[in-house]
Amino acid sequence: MKELLTLYGLFFKIGITTFGGGYAMLPMLERELVTNRKYVTMEEIMDYFAIGQCTPGIIAVNTATFIGYKRKGVLGGIFATLGVITPSLIIITLLASILSFFAGNEVVKHAFAGISVAVCALIVQAVLKLSKSGIKDIFTGIVALVSFILVFFVEGLSPIIVIIASAIAGVVFKAISAKKEKEDK
Amino acid sequence: MTFLYLFFEFFKVGLFAVGGGLATIPFLMDIANRYSWFTQSELTDMIAIAESTPGPIGINMATYAGYSAGYDLGGVFFGVLGGIVATLSLVLPSIIVILIVAKVLEKFKESKIVKNAFYSLRPAVIGLLLVSLLGVAIPIFFDFSKTAFLEIVHLKEIVLFALLLFGILKFKKHPIVYIGIGALVGIIFKF
Repeated sequence: MKELLTLYGLFFKIGITTFGGGYAMLPMLERELVTNRKYVTMEEIMDYFAIGQCTPGIIAVNTATFIGYKRKGVLGGIFATLGVITPSLIIITLLASILSFFAGNEVVKHAFAGISVAVCALIVQAVLKLSKSGIKDIFTGIVALVSFILVFFVEGLSPIIVIIASAIAGVVFKAISAKKEKEDK
Repeated sequence: MTFLYLFFEFFKVGLFAVGGGLATIPFLMDIANRYSWFTQSELTDMIAIAESTPGPIGINMATYAGYSAGYDLGGVFFGVLGGIVATLSLVLPSIIVILIVAKVLEKFKESKIVKNAFYSLRPAVIGLLLVSLLGVAIPIFFDFSKTAFLEIVHLKEIVLFALLLFGILKFKKHPIVYIGIGALVGIIFKF
């Protein structure tokens, strides 16, 4: 039980000091888990990150579950995950309840109108960054274009369908091109 | 009943949003279209707050969206409850999937099928995110209910956007810096 609480506290600390998410939590993970406690090696953390990126869900949560599981099994995974989400729950809930009181305020309205422009620019940056690693050839370019067109023009189309269809398309495409390569030889 | 829907919807987000916090945006936008829990413009505020507070963005978004949905039902208490339900539902699929993957770690890392699925899954996520971007951006930069050109096109916003994007790509400072600048400019120039 004591170690479970330690795991909870450790990931609480990591959650509250992470701004942003994903790779932003890497330096904290390294300091707390590799240098201070020697729970895992840096290579293992990089592995967890890679898997966190290709499994559903928030990368920070996936990494927490992994490390918790490695230390103390299923319960360890659960405690580490609860630790990493607790700061968000407290801070966001407080902020949201405060903000709802100021929602009608003129200054707050102007501020958020300006902020929403900044958010657009930040999303553009995210799209550019993802494109660099995600669009590698003609096929991946077509997948990006088709999924954009489908979701933009087909009203009520769930993004879930696009995600599942694209995963299947990748497996099928690779299988066909592997077969062709064999035949060419 | 709403809480059951909240659980179900955020469980789906957690299960299908692959690739980190911002990948949740298309799914949250889909929720905004189908339920009256929060609007698309509220979603923009949520993204800003999630980016500029401690904690992983995806979790912050879920807590905020859940709070917003619950608050509409019955004030602060339901808001708090909604935030907790949405956040826990979002992480539940992660916990289940990772606990399974952790057991077959080596096999998963080497699997060709997983690799090939992600090869075309990543560009699909880009397409989805682009649609969300347009959904967020169009009402900020244009107002098609007006007739005069200067009223349709919001020049102030477009100039700020161009300057901020240039700054983001050039200086790579933390998002909170640009959000702060946006807030200041918004207040000074009465956006």
